[in-house]
Amino acid sequence: MSAAESSASTVLASDHAKTSDFEAREFGFWLYLMSDAIIFALLFATYVVMSQNIAAGPGGKMLFSLPHTMGETFLLLCSSLTFGFATLASMARQKGRVILWLIVTIALGIGFVAMELSEFSGMIAAGATPQVSGFLSAFFTLVGTHGLHFSFGMLGILVMMGQILTKGLTPPVLSRLYRLGLFWHFLDIVWIAIFSVVYLPGVL
Amino acid sequence: MQNLRHAPTHKTYITGFVLALILTAIPFGLVMSGLFPATATLSVIMIAAIIQVLVHLTFFLHLNFASTPRENLLALAFAAILIFIMVGGSIWIMFDLHMRMMG
Repeated sequence: MSAAESSASTVLASDHAKTSDFEAREFGFWLYLMSDAIIFALLFATYVVMSQNIAAGPGGKMLFSLPHTMGETFLLLCSSLTFGFATLASMARQKGRVILWLIVTIALGIGFVAMELSEFSGMIAAGATPQVSGFLSAFFTLVGTHGLHFSFGMLGILVMMGQILTKGLTPPVLSRLYRLGLFWHFLDIVWIAIFSVVYLPGVL
Repeated sequence: MQNLRHAPTHKTYITGFVLALILTAIPFGLVMSGLFPATATLSVIMIAAIIQVLVHLTFFLHLNFASTPRENLLALAFAAILIFIMVGGSIWIMFDLHMRMMG
Protein backbone atom coordinates (compact mmCIF):
# COMPACT_ATOMS: atom_id res chain seq x y z
CA MET A 1 0.00 0.00 0.00
CA SER A 2 2.63 2.44 1.07
CA ALA A 3 4.79 1.32 -1.85
CA ALA A 4 1.88 2.00 -4.23
CA GLU A 5 1.27 5.38 -2.60
CA SER A 6 4.89 6.38 -2.85
CA SER A 7 5.04 5.29 -6.49
CA ALA A 8 1.86 7.31 -7.20
CA SER A 9 3.38 10.36 -5.59
CA THR A 10 6.57 9.78 -7.55
CA VAL A 11 4.52 9.73 -10.75
CA LEU A 12 2.78 12.95 -9.70
CA ALA A 13 6.10 14.56 -8.86
CA SER A 14 7.59 13.52 -12.18
CA ASP A 15 4.43 14.78 -13.96
CA HIS A 16 4.86 18.08 -12.21
CA ALA A 17 8.54 18.16 -13.13
CA LYS A 18 7.59 17.54 -16.79
CA THR A 19 4.99 20.34 -16.79
CA SER A 20 7.47 22.83 -15.39
CA ASP A 21 10.02 21.51 -17.88
CA PHE A 22 7.63 22.40 -20.74
CA GLU A 23 7.00 25.79 -19.17
CA ALA A 24 10.75 26.38 -19.00
CA ARG A 25 11.08 25.37 -22.66
CA GLU A 26 8.22 27.67 -23.66
CA PHE A 27 9.85 30.55 -21.78
CA GLY A 28 13.20 29.72 -23.38
CA PHE A 29 11.60 29.76 -26.82
CA TRP A 30 9.98 33.09 -26.01
CA LEU A 31 13.44 34.49 -25.13
CA TYR A 32 14.72 33.20 -28.49
CA LEU A 33 11.84 34.98 -30.26
CA MET A 34 12.67 38.24 -28.47
CA SER A 35 16.32 38.01 -29.51
CA ASP A 36 15.20 37.21 -33.07
CA ALA A 37 12.98 40.32 -32.94
CA ILE A 38 16.12 42.34 -32.10
CA ILE A 39 17.96 40.86 -35.11
CA PHE A 40 15.07 41.87 -37.37
CA ALA A 41 14.87 45.33 -35.75
CA LEU A 42 18.54 45.94 -36.58
CA LEU A 43 18.00 44.76 -40.17
CA PHE A 44 15.10 47.24 -40.34
CA ALA A 45 17.31 50.03 -38.99
CA THR A 46 19.94 49.18 -41.62
CA TYR A 47 17.28 49.17 -44.35
CA VAL A 48 15.83 52.55 -43.31
CA VAL A 49 19.33 54.10 -43.23
CA MET A 50 20.21 52.57 -46.62
CA SER A 51 16.83 53.04 -48.33
CA GLN A 52 17.76 56.32 -50.04
CA ASN A 53 21.18 55.07 -51.23
CA ILE A 54 20.12 53.67 -54.59
CA ALA A 55 23.49 54.51 -56.24
CA ALA A 56 21.80 55.52 -59.52
CA GLY A 57 20.28 52.03 -59.67
CA PRO A 58 16.57 51.16 -59.58
CA GLY A 59 14.54 52.33 -56.55
CA GLY A 60 11.50 50.91 -54.76
CA LYS A 61 9.01 52.74 -56.97
CA MET A 62 10.34 50.92 -60.02
CA LEU A 63 10.78 47.49 -58.41
CA PHE A 64 7.89 46.95 -56.00
CA SER A 65 4.43 45.82 -57.06
CA LEU A 66 1.80 46.51 -54.40
CA PRO A 67 -0.78 43.95 -55.66
CA HIS A 68 1.99 41.32 -55.42
CA THR A 69 2.85 42.37 -51.83
CA MET A 70 -0.87 42.41 -50.98
CA GLY A 71 -1.19 38.82 -52.26
CA GLU A 72 1.78 37.74 -50.11
CA THR A 73 0.28 39.48 -47.06
CA PHE A 74 -3.07 37.77 -47.63
CA LEU A 75 -1.41 34.32 -47.86
CA LEU A 76 0.52 34.97 -44.62
CA LEU A 77 -2.55 36.18 -42.72
CA CYS A 78 -4.54 33.14 -43.88
CA SER A 79 -1.71 30.84 -42.82
CA SER A 80 -1.71 32.40 -39.33
CA LEU A 81 -5.45 31.73 -39.13
CA THR A 82 -5.12 28.12 -40.29
CA PHE A 83 -2.25 27.48 -37.84
CA GLY A 84 -4.54 28.88 -35.15
CA PHE A 85 -7.20 26.35 -36.17
CA ALA A 86 -4.57 23.58 -35.97
CA THR A 87 -3.74 24.76 -32.41
CA LEU A 88 -7.44 24.69 -31.47
CA ALA A 89 -7.83 21.19 -32.93
CA SER A 90 -4.79 20.03 -30.93
CA MET A 91 -6.35 21.41 -27.72
CA ALA A 92 -9.49 19.39 -28.54
CA ARG A 93 -7.20 16.34 -29.22
CA GLN A 94 -8.50 15.99 -32.80
CA LYS A 95 -5.46 14.49 -34.50
CA GLY A 96 -6.93 14.36 -38.03
CA ARG A 97 -8.00 17.98 -37.95
CA VAL A 98 -4.57 19.11 -36.69
CA ILE A 99 -2.91 17.37 -39.65
CA LEU A 100 -5.51 18.80 -42.06
CA TRP A 101 -5.00 22.40 -40.88
CA LEU A 102 -1.21 21.98 -40.90
CA ILE A 103 -1.42 20.81 -44.53
CA VAL A 104 -3.50 23.90 -45.42
CA THR A 105 -0.97 26.08 -43.55
CA ILE A 106 1.98 24.60 -45.41
CA ALA A 107 0.16 24.99 -48.76
CA LEU A 108 -0.35 28.71 -48.02
CA GLY A 109 3.30 28.91 -46.92
CA ILE A 110 4.48 27.37 -50.20
CA GLY A 111 2.36 29.96 -52.04
CA PHE A 112 4.04 32.77 -50.09
CA VAL A 113 7.58 31.49 -50.68
CA ALA A 114 6.80 30.95 -54.38
CA MET A 115 5.57 34.55 -54.70
CA GLU A 116 8.63 35.86 -52.86
CA LEU A 117 11.03 33.82 -55.04
CA SER A 118 9.28 34.99 -58.23
CA GLU A 119 9.64 38.61 -57.01
CA PHE A 120 13.34 38.11 -56.22
CA SER A 121 14.10 36.36 -59.53
CA GLY A 122 12.19 39.07 -61.44
CA MET A 123 14.25 41.76 -59.71
CA ILE A 124 17.52 39.92 -60.36
CA ALA A 125 16.56 39.38 -64.03
CA ALA A 126 15.90 43.14 -64.31
CA GLY A 127 19.44 43.80 -63.04
CA ALA A 128 18.41 44.76 -59.48
CA THR A 129 20.86 42.43 -57.71
CA PRO A 130 22.03 42.87 -54.07
CA GLN A 131 25.43 44.27 -55.14
CA VAL A 132 23.93 47.15 -57.18
CA SER A 133 23.28 49.52 -54.25
CA GLY A 134 23.10 49.84 -50.47
CA PHE A 135 19.32 49.93 -50.80
CA LEU A 136 19.20 46.60 -52.65
CA SER A 137 21.74 44.94 -50.29
CA ALA A 138 19.65 45.94 -47.28
CA PHE A 139 16.40 44.95 -49.04
CA PHE A 140 17.58 41.43 -49.93
CA THR A 141 19.11 40.91 -46.46
CA LEU A 142 15.96 41.94 -44.60
CA VAL A 143 13.31 40.29 -46.80
CA GLY A 144 15.55 37.26 -47.45
CA THR A 145 16.11 36.71 -43.70
CA HIS A 146 12.35 36.68 -43.21
CA GLY A 147 11.91 34.26 -46.14
CA LEU A 148 14.59 31.97 -44.71
CA HIS A 149 12.94 31.96 -41.27
CA PHE A 150 9.64 31.23 -42.96
CA SER A 151 11.09 28.30 -44.92
CA PHE A 152 12.50 26.81 -41.70
CA GLY A 153 9.05 27.27 -40.16
CA MET A 154 7.58 25.18 -42.99
CA LEU A 155 10.24 22.52 -42.38
CA GLY A 156 9.17 22.64 -38.72
CA ILE A 157 5.55 22.02 -39.74
CA LEU A 158 6.60 18.99 -41.79
CA VAL A 159 8.53 17.55 -38.82
CA MET A 160 5.55 18.34 -36.56
CA MET A 161 3.19 16.42 -38.86
CA GLY A 162 5.56 13.45 -38.78
CA GLN A 163 5.68 13.55 -34.96
CA ILE A 164 1.89 13.84 -34.63
CA LEU A 165 1.40 10.87 -36.98
CA THR A 166 4.01 8.65 -35.29
CA LYS A 167 3.80 9.73 -31.62
CA GLY A 168 0.26 11.12 -31.39
CA LEU A 169 -0.75 14.24 -29.46
CA THR A 170 1.41 13.54 -26.39
CA PRO A 171 2.34 16.38 -23.99
CA PRO A 172 5.85 16.86 -25.52
CA VAL A 173 4.38 16.99 -29.05
CA LEU A 174 1.68 19.47 -27.94
CA SER A 175 4.33 21.66 -26.32
CA ARG A 176 6.40 21.62 -29.54
CA LEU A 177 3.33 22.45 -31.64
CA TYR A 178 2.60 25.38 -29.31
CA ARG A 179 6.17 26.69 -29.68
CA LEU A 180 6.08 26.29 -33.48
CA GLY A 181 2.81 28.27 -33.46
CA LEU A 182 4.52 31.09 -31.55
CA PHE A 183 7.27 31.11 -34.21
CA TRP A 184 4.73 31.14 -37.07
CA HIS A 185 2.67 34.04 -35.64
CA PHE A 186 5.90 35.93 -34.80
CA LEU A 187 6.97 35.76 -38.47
CA ASP A 188 3.60 37.19 -39.47
CA ILE A 189 4.31 40.17 -37.18
CA VAL A 190 7.71 40.68 -38.83
CA TRP A 191 5.95 40.69 -42.23
CA ILE A 192 3.61 43.52 -41.08
CA ALA A 193 6.72 45.55 -40.34
CA ILE A 194 8.21 44.59 -43.75
CA PHE A 195 5.24 45.79 -45.82
CA SER A 196 4.86 48.91 -43.63
CA VAL A 197 8.54 49.89 -43.71
CA VAL A 198 9.77 48.51 -47.05
CA TYR A 199 6.99 48.12 -49.63
CA LEU A 200 4.42 50.85 -48.82
CA PRO A 201 6.91 53.73 -48.19
CA GLY A 202 8.96 52.37 -51.14
CA VAL A 203 6.26 53.16 -53.70
CA LEU A 204 5.03 56.33 -51.99
CA MET B 1 0.48 25.77 -21.09
CA GLN B 2 -2.64 27.89 -21.54
CA ASN B 3 -4.89 28.80 -18.67
CA LEU B 4 -8.29 27.34 -19.60
CA ARG B 5 -10.22 30.52 -18.78
CA HIS B 6 -8.11 32.39 -21.34
CA ALA B 7 -7.99 29.54 -23.83
CA PRO B 8 -8.41 30.78 -27.41
CA THR B 9 -11.48 29.85 -29.46
CA HIS B 10 -12.29 29.99 -33.17
CA LYS B 11 -13.86 33.38 -32.47
CA THR B 12 -10.52 34.68 -31.10
CA TYR B 13 -8.64 33.76 -34.27
CA ILE B 14 -11.37 34.94 -36.68
CA THR B 15 -11.68 38.28 -34.84
CA GLY B 16 -7.90 38.74 -35.09
CA PHE B 17 -7.93 37.74 -38.76
CA VAL B 18 -10.71 40.20 -39.71
CA LEU B 19 -9.05 43.05 -37.75
CA ALA B 20 -5.71 42.24 -39.43
CA LEU B 21 -7.36 42.29 -42.89
CA ILE B 22 -8.92 45.71 -42.18
CA LEU B 23 -5.65 47.11 -40.80
CA THR B 24 -3.86 45.84 -43.94
CA ALA B 25 -6.48 47.13 -46.37
CA ILE B 26 -6.36 50.70 -44.95
CA PRO B 27 -2.65 51.44 -45.63
CA PHE B 28 -2.60 49.58 -48.99
CA GLY B 29 -5.78 51.39 -50.10
CA LEU B 30 -4.37 54.79 -49.11
CA VAL B 31 -1.06 54.24 -50.92
CA MET B 32 -2.74 52.83 -54.05
CA SER B 33 -5.34 55.60 -54.27
CA GLY B 34 -2.91 58.41 -53.41
CA LEU B 35 -5.73 60.14 -51.54
CA PHE B 36 -3.54 61.93 -48.96
CA PRO B 37 -0.12 63.63 -49.25
CA ALA B 38 2.93 61.39 -48.62
CA THR B 39 3.63 62.43 -44.99
CA ALA B 40 0.00 61.93 -43.91
CA THR B 41 -0.10 58.53 -45.66
CA LEU B 42 3.18 57.56 -43.96
CA SER B 43 1.77 58.32 -40.50
CA VAL B 44 -1.38 56.28 -41.24
CA ILE B 45 0.85 53.36 -42.39
CA MET B 46 2.84 53.48 -39.13
CA ILE B 47 -0.23 53.79 -36.88
CA ALA B 48 -2.03 50.93 -38.70
CA ALA B 49 1.14 48.78 -38.40
CA ILE B 50 1.47 49.39 -34.64
CA ILE B 51 -2.22 48.59 -34.07
CA GLN B 52 -1.92 45.46 -36.22
CA VAL B 53 1.12 44.24 -34.23
CA LEU B 54 -0.95 44.66 -31.04
CA VAL B 55 -3.86 42.78 -32.69
CA HIS B 56 -1.54 39.88 -33.57
CA LEU B 57 -0.05 39.81 -30.06
CA THR B 58 -3.53 39.72 -28.53
CA PHE B 59 -5.49 37.41 -30.84
CA PHE B 60 -2.80 35.11 -32.32
CA LEU B 61 -0.12 35.00 -29.59
CA HIS B 62 -2.79 35.39 -26.84
CA LEU B 63 -0.77 37.82 -24.73
CA ASN B 64 -2.70 39.39 -21.88
CA PHE B 65 -2.04 40.65 -18.40
CA ALA B 66 -4.02 37.87 -16.67
CA SER B 67 -2.68 34.54 -17.98
CA THR B 68 0.63 35.32 -19.71
CA PRO B 69 3.55 34.63 -17.32
CA ARG B 70 5.01 37.85 -15.97
CA GLU B 71 8.55 36.98 -17.10
CA ASN B 72 7.34 36.65 -20.74
CA LEU B 73 5.85 40.14 -20.61
CA LEU B 74 9.05 41.47 -18.97
CA ALA B 75 11.17 39.90 -21.74
CA LEU B 76 8.86 41.48 -24.35
CA ALA B 77 9.08 44.89 -22.68
CA PHE B 78 12.87 44.62 -22.44
CA ALA B 79 13.14 43.66 -26.13
CA ALA B 80 10.85 46.58 -27.03
CA ILE B 81 13.08 49.02 -25.12
CA LEU B 82 16.23 47.63 -26.78
CA ILE B 83 14.59 47.85 -30.22
CA PHE B 84 13.45 51.42 -29.54
CA ILE B 85 16.95 52.52 -28.46
CA MET B 86 18.82 50.72 -31.26
CA VAL B 87 16.46 51.48 -34.16
CA GLY B 88 15.62 55.00 -32.99
CA GLY B 89 19.27 55.76 -32.20
CA SER B 90 20.57 54.40 -35.54
CA ILE B 91 18.04 56.36 -37.58
CA TRP B 92 18.56 59.56 -35.57
CA ILE B 93 22.36 59.46 -35.80
CA MET B 94 22.57 58.37 -39.45
CA PHE B 95 20.06 60.92 -40.74
CA ASP B 96 21.65 63.69 -38.67
CA LEU B 97 25.01 62.74 -40.18
CA HIS B 98 23.44 62.62 -43.64
CA MET B 99 22.05 66.16 -43.22
CA ARG B 100 25.43 67.52 -42.03
CA MET B 101 27.24 65.90 -44.97
CA MET B 102 24.76 67.50 -47.37
CA GLY B 103 24.91 70.88 -45.64
